Amino acid sequence: MVEIKNLSFGYNRQALLFKDLNLALQQGHIYGLLGKNGAGKSTLLKNMAGLAYPQKGSCLLKGLSVSGRPVSVLEQIYFLAEDIYVPSFTPAQYVANTAGFYPKFSKSDFYIYLKALDVDENAVMDKQSFGQQKKAMIAFGLATNTGLLVMDEPTNGLDIPSKVQFRKLIASVLTDERCIVISTHQVRDLDSLIDTLLVLHEKEIVVNLPMDEVVEKLTFGFYADTEGLKPVYEEKDMRGTNAILQNTSGRFSKVDLELLFNAIISGNKKIVELLKAS
Amino acid sequence: MDFKENEPIYLQIAGAVSENILTGKWPAGEKITSIRDLAIELEVNPNTVNRAYELLQNQEVIINKRGMGLFVAADGAAKIKAIRKERFMQQELPDFFRNIQLLDIELDDLQQVYQQFKKDNQLQKDAGHENQ
Repeated sequence: MVEIKNLSFGYNRQALLFKDLNLALQQGHIYGLLGKNGAGKSTLLKNMAGLAYPQKGSCLLKGLSVSGRPVSVLEQIYFLAEDIYVPSFTPAQYVANTAGFYPKFSKSDFYIYLKALDVDENAVMDKQSFGQQKKAMIAFGLATNTGLLVMDEPTNGLDIPSKVQFRKLIASVLTDERCIVISTHQVRDLDSLIDTLLVLHEKEIVVNLPMDEVVEKLTFGFYADTEGLKPVYEEKDMRGTNAILQNTSGRFSKVDLELLFNAIISGNKKIVELLKAS
Repeated sequence: MDFKENEPIYLQIAGAVSENILTGKWPAGEKITSIRDLAIELEVNPNTVNRAYELLQNQEVIINKRGMGLFVAADGAAKIKAIRKERFMQQELPDFFRNIQLLDIELDDLQQVYQQFKKDNQLQKDAGHENQ
């Protein structure tokens, strides 16, 4: 669905954010994109959506270059930015002005999603709180029914019941034809929704792996004592050690995404090697 | 549903579905919740529910009627019992035997305890029926 080949990009030529970055995303999956602040998550998503142009390499959607911004590509992409802009419209007025860009837009879905997220369909959007604005745009984005749905930190600003509804909505809109990419720091909001993990670190995608395979390769656990074990990565506190080990027994443990993320960004090469090994 | 950390989510979902079939909450022959609806209810990826349902289909606990959806097999509950019985015999019973041997407990001693347990359970079940 999405194919990024040898992408190099930087806002200034001396400091590249990506160098020869490669990434392929398939339909029918929910990808979780993790990366530390400043790693370039939002910029990568913008390249995917045609909002930033590669300096070298290419971003393709179903084989077509996104950077040329042809209508046939843009109508298949919805990008929800982290900082959203909403005009002084009610949701109904917004639909009347904007939905035409998306051939598969469903008005009835839109109103169902607004209701599920507790957004007033008659209220002028820019007079609402940030959370309400964001939810209105989430509802709009889901209702576009685009093949590629890209969301940058969608759960920021959402209250607890809205996060629950957000998870339910995402579960409801995934189809075999749709590809959903979500960047997040709130890994606990989404960890049973994401089926494939992407990690952006030091100008590259260092992990692109189904969660099931992460579990096959690594074991996560809390140990009072790690003597005799060979942790690949560990974080200690007064109670004991949170550790990642190579999974040699095939036993299941729940992926601790925070611990894994910390291990990768700390520069732990062994973790990345274990994940890349087939 | 709160998921435990020591078992894959798809197995926990398959277990919960099996439990519903065993208790009769999802009766034999009845249509079961669709993949999408269960994913929404549990706030999980639909691919995870799909995997759970595939496992249950392979075990012939549920059946796919083309174009109509998924249904509890006529002998679904019996299939689950057979699978669980086999797992009990292979995994839990050896542990149990190891323990009673270690603690010098004779099977004859247990026989009495077990009879009492069955009697109490039956009484509870009967009381339950009277209340309905």
